Amino acid sequence: MVLDIIITSLINGSTYALLAIGFSLIFGVARIVNIAHTAFYMVAAYCIYFVTYNMGYHPIVGMLIAVPLVTLLGMVTYRIFIAPIREHEAAVLIGTIALAIALQEVMLLIFSGDYRSVPALMQGFFTIFDRKIFYQQLITLIAALVILGALRLLLMQTKLGLAIRSTAQDREVANLMGMNESRVALYTVGISIALAGFTGAVIVPLTIVEPFMWLHPLIMMMAVVVLGGLGSIKGSFFAAYILGFAEAAVVFLIPMGAFLKGSVALSIMILVLLIRPEGLFGIAFEEER
Amino acid sequence: MDLIRFYVRKLITVIKGEILVLPSRMVVAVFFLILLGLPMITQDPYFLRILILTSIFAIFAASWDLLSGFTGQMNFGHALFFGVGAYGAAMLNLHFHLPPWGSIPLGALASVLAGLIIGIPCLRLRGTYLALTTLAFPIILMGIVFAVPEITGGELGISGIDRLVRSRVAQYYITVVVMVVLVVVMWKITDSNIGIIFHAIREDEVAVRASGINTTRYKLMAFCLSGFFAGIAGGLYAHFMRIAGPSTLEVSMSFQVVIWAVFGGVVTIWGPVGAVFILFPLLEFFRFWPELRMLLFAIVILLILLFMPQGLLPWIRDKIENECPRCKIRNVATRKTCRICDASMH
Repeated sequence: MVLDIIITSLINGSTYALLAIGFSLIFGVARIVNIAHTAFYMVAAYCIYFVTYNMGYHPIVGMLIAVPLVTLLGMVTYRIFIAPIREHEAAVLIGTIALAIALQEVMLLIFSGDYRSVPALMQGFFTIFDRKIFYQQLITLIAALVILGALRLLLMQTKLGLAIRSTAQDREVANLMGMNESRVALYTVGISIALAGFTGAVIVPLTIVEPFMWLHPLIMMMAVVVLGGLGSIKGSFFAAYILGFAEAAVVFLIPMGAFLKGSVALSIMILVLLIRPEGLFGIAFEEER
Repeated sequence: MDLIRFYVRKLITVIKGEILVLPSRMVVAVFFLILLGLPMITQDPYFLRILILTSIFAIFAASWDLLSGFTGQMNFGHALFFGVGAYGAAMLNLHFHLPPWGSIPLGALASVLAGLIIGIPCLRLRGTYLALTTLAFPIILMGIVFAVPEITGGELGISGIDRLVRSRVAQYYITVVVMVVLVVVMWKITDSNIGIIFHAIREDEVAVRASGINTTRYKLMAFCLSGFFAGIAGGLYAHFMRIAGPSTLEVSMSFQVVIWAVFGGVVTIWGPVGAVFILFPLLEFFRFWPELRMLLFAIVILLILLFMPQGLLPWIRDKIENECPRCKIRNVATRKTCRICDASMH
């Protein structure tokens, strides 16, 4: 039981962390609340399903195709639909909602609403303390952590990472320092959507693929972002594991827990907000000057 | 007799001087007249059903505008109020056998309570934080609804509620009249002193506080008022559909109301109402291609936003009416001089 909870919470936590960091990045740099973020995660999952079943390749090939494809799709839709209306906050909001619904409906048209699944990369399991742990769970966890590490390297060690961080801090001054603000925003959208794609890729062997699979992660991702503090990557990271653990504990410990998992995790978020309105690691940053 | 003639003449003057001078006012007047006279032309139950649901959602969308458009408190969980209103009315009707005219207002009071409960923690948050946090509340309530199926009916919801009234036409008139009255009330609220304070809170909260106004109280008031109207919409919905299910609390319901309001233009009250009357029947029209329905809907919204990001109806209004540069009175775009102060319009 304890081991089940730990494994599930680590995997869920890593997924939420990946999604939430991508969401934070776009919000920080471009001030876009991207509701369609998890919709891209769903598209990536379907891409992998398509490559695996309809074209007959190994799932890993699907993952290699899906991530660039989804990134490209994200950047193109950003360019066409979101960039022209970026100044209007409310319009961006429903623009991304409409985008998410459109993606969901396209997937519903192509693949129908049936539940589908993708085979594990590596079959089999090993046991610790009489508990089965599938190799796939381990692969997913390690892959998620590797991607998180790579992202940290990108943000901290490269010039692009510096540009992203400085634009997130102050858009106007970054522009004055010679960073092409709209290009940085485009790259950030690319990185963020790629993260969503990666998340879809690493989690797809463990979940059911269906057109509505983006809704629950969307809510949890937003809760993580708020709990950790908007724009704080460290905050998103810790908050993701806290909420992932709360969810897993509720599912395993309480009867009818599967219904209540969202409620309990979100209640924790609200309780923390009552004490610290700016989130766990957020800085109480000044609203736009 | 003279008195009647006086009032008739006064009415004609008002219509001539206030309504016929502006195309937008003419459109609104014609729209209400058509809405009220429609059952005399057709009594097709399916058609009336669409319009009843449209009126209910029009109240819902306008109440979102009152809170999020005017006060600027972005609410992504507006379905909470709708759901609490629907469940409240349904439970009062089923367990305490209250007739609809008692259960709907009491259900709306439950929504006011919900507004207070979520308003108090949310007052500390602003902007995007608030938007993302409010999204959580309907989902929390939905989890509770699923967890205690003995009281709430779980996934199936509460069914077997009383009808509003027996005949479809009477149902139509009740919902349409309630819609018109509530929308006018909301519009008047936003036009009053309270509305001006709401608007000021949206523009600059610190400045409002500096002028000695207790913004906390007004923000809570906005939550409660908006909750009340949305709760009435929810109660009407429950009594019309005769079921209050978890679908009233879904995320898509919260998103739907944001889409309607922003599409029609926020900070207007009439914008969201008009948007619901355009989009909801349009969605029914797309029923001819059931698989493409939501996709076409989403594409229509994306395309319209590209060209008119401030909303459809304000965009149209700006095309057919101009504001006088001197006295700020609106005029038809065809006029060369202002109708009040005779200044040149260009």
